[in-house]
Amino acid sequence: MEIKMKKKNSIMRSIAAAPHIFWAILFIVLPLIIVLYYAFTDSEGSFSFENIVSLGDYAPIFTLSVELSVIATFVCLIIGYPLAYIIAKAKPEKQRLYVMLLMLPMWTNLLIRTYSIMAILDDGGFLNTLLGTTMHIVGTKGAVIFGMVYDFLPYMVLPIYTCVSKIDKHMWEAASDLGCKPIQVMTRVILPLSMSGIISGVTMVLVPSISTFYISQKLGGGTFELIGDTIERQFVTGALNTGAAISLVMMVLIIISLTIMNRFSDEEGGIIV
Amino acid sequence: MTKKLVLAIFLLAVLTFSLFSCDDNSDGGPAVSGNVVTLNVYNWGEYISDGFEGSLDTNAAFEEYFNTHLASKYGYSIKVNYTTYATNEDMYFKLASEAGNYDVIIPSDYMIEKMINEGMLAELDYSIITNFEYIDDGFKGDAAYYDPDNKHSVPYTYGMLGVIYNTALVDEEDYLEESWGLLWNPKYRGKILQFNNPRDAFGSAMYYMNMDINSTDPAVWDSALAKLVQQKEYLQGYVNDEIFNKMTTASAAIAPYFAGDFLTMAYQNEDLAFYYPIEGTNYFVDAMCIPKNSRNKDAANEYINFMLSEEVAVANALYIGYASPNTLVLDNEEYSEGMAELHDDWWDILYGKTPAEANEEYDYSPGYKSFSPEIQAHVNALWESLKTENATEPWVHITSITIIVAVIALAVYTVYIRKKRSRHYRLRDRENALKKIGK
Repeated sequence: MEIKMKKKNSIMRSIAAAPHIFWAILFIVLPLIIVLYYAFTDSEGSFSFENIVSLGDYAPIFTLSVELSVIATFVCLIIGYPLAYIIAKAKPEKQRLYVMLLMLPMWTNLLIRTYSIMAILDDGGFLNTLLGTTMHIVGTKGAVIFGMVYDFLPYMVLPIYTCVSKIDKHMWEAASDLGCKPIQVMTRVILPLSMSGIISGVTMVLVPSISTFYISQKLGGGTFELIGDTIERQFVTGALNTGAAISLVMMVLIIISLTIMNRFSDEEGGIIV
Repeated sequence: MTKKLVLAIFLLAVLTFSLFSCDDNSDGGPAVSGNVVTLNVYNWGEYISDGFEGSLDTNAAFEEYFNTHLASKYGYSIKVNYTTYATNEDMYFKLASEAGNYDVIIPSDYMIEKMINEGMLAELDYSIITNFEYIDDGFKGDAAYYDPDNKHSVPYTYGMLGVIYNTALVDEEDYLEESWGLLWNPKYRGKILQFNNPRDAFGSAMYYMNMDINSTDPAVWDSALAKLVQQKEYLQGYVNDEIFNKMTTASAAIAPYFAGDFLTMAYQNEDLAFYYPIEGTNYFVDAMCIPKNSRNKDAANEYINFMLSEEVAVANALYIGYASPNTLVLDNEEYSEGMAELHDDWWDILYGKTPAEANEEYDYSPGYKSFSPEIQAHVNALWESLKTENATEPWVHITSITIIVAVIALAVYTVYIRKKRSRHYRLRDRENALKKIGK
């Protein structure tokens, strides 16, 4: 009887899993294989390491992308953590409202939002007209960082909010009973307990920031390129092999950094990515 | 058992999926259901009169025309499936990878040449396209430099690149020179825009310096790069379609762009003006073609013929705003009235100078030709170096390195504390255990 149940369970499980497996193979595994194929072949289709070797030329672009997205992620964390904390400490009905307000901009398409920011911050844009100034914002690196923070902030706030709101409220009481000052409650209890939320927030902001191309094109004025722009242009101009090689290296870099970050959160018992 | 089942389900899913995708036929194919045939038209975005604000809905009009007049002749009726692309290259890769089956496409000159060389275009059937006689002679025979004798293509629009400037921000003495040099004028530092694609950006430098835009000599491209590097410090940015927004809001004062688009911009901002640089400038033709793997060549030829008829050609020319090679359009009163509403000097801007007149000072052919893979790779690499030129700012390095160092320090500290703590507890536990044993 028990064995039968078990068998039935596993059949049900495979049926339930089939669409997902199918989906994963078609849209994740297969594209990855295609990227791999192009990265290690030349334009005639024969095996070659040349694409990977030539990537040294793109080192400055890689560095710039990583640097800008690290700064953007850090700013997101500084703004996002207190915000998530405040939301998590609010009354339940207000929490729903705050979360909805946070999600509200995401109902508008990212490209439209970014284009609108460009129109607002431009030299002759809304902001400068309103203030009567001639600030030059669009075309600077600051504008790109601003765009990344604006577009990806909800991805930082939401996981932290979920994490903080799950912390048992008696933890605060227990910590204060044991003699912690409010600031110590924060740094010694709440912060370590919300580490998994922070790490998944950081990944969810860092990864799309590194690979973004639209934000840098519109808000960066095109005077410098991020790695996403480079990949896009390689594909558009038909240099599929170089484009695939850059994508591959970027994927590997991202996987390495995720693994390192996961190490840290694992020790805290967190589950992410 | 389980594995087999998973496999079976997977195969089943693949089968149903492929069945669905056959039925659905989202991307093309001749889709003969009953006797309705789908005609797949693939065009630039915003490049056809689509019924917006009372204009003619070209595709609906073609369906109606075909289904009333030609359905009995061919034995089927037509449904147009209209899709758009943003660049020639997007279109090319979609066709080259055979990801879609199309019947009519409208690429630019250099792309048509490339596709002819690669055998991707079918020859047109001029027994169907009888309206070809209305195309101006200046676009036929050898004048169709990308496709001699128009075997594979019928011109749809043409135009030239020029310089758009804001009369309120640029001094008269500077714009009256009518030179590409305006884009290199340090006086307008931070107010100048340049194309964000290698072909047009290098092009502007090469017309300016009287260099061959289709040169196969890497050294020529290197010297054009030097010119672009010199320009970079005066630029506000490298942009494409943002030019519309930036010029009409006066965020920028000077930009290169196409004559037809200038008319649209000038309609929104009266301070804008335009000239064709005296050194010579790019001349392009976009033309209608039929891919070789089209499954409805007769209907596709009919579509092209329909596009050349007076009412349709006028509606499209008015909608797009680019110059039309169709003589029926030029003689049409509705067209001239419509264009005059857009801009007083529309005739001079679109048709005032023939490509030959505009390129008297330029020693080479003013139209783009497709690159060889070697030159394409070289130009890509040069573009890369243009973009990385002066792209780093110290504060970015300093800030990001500080953050990274701080994070690593914090991580190391946390690990250290944790180790210390666990060591403390371990020692304590051992002591307790020893005590117990001692007891």
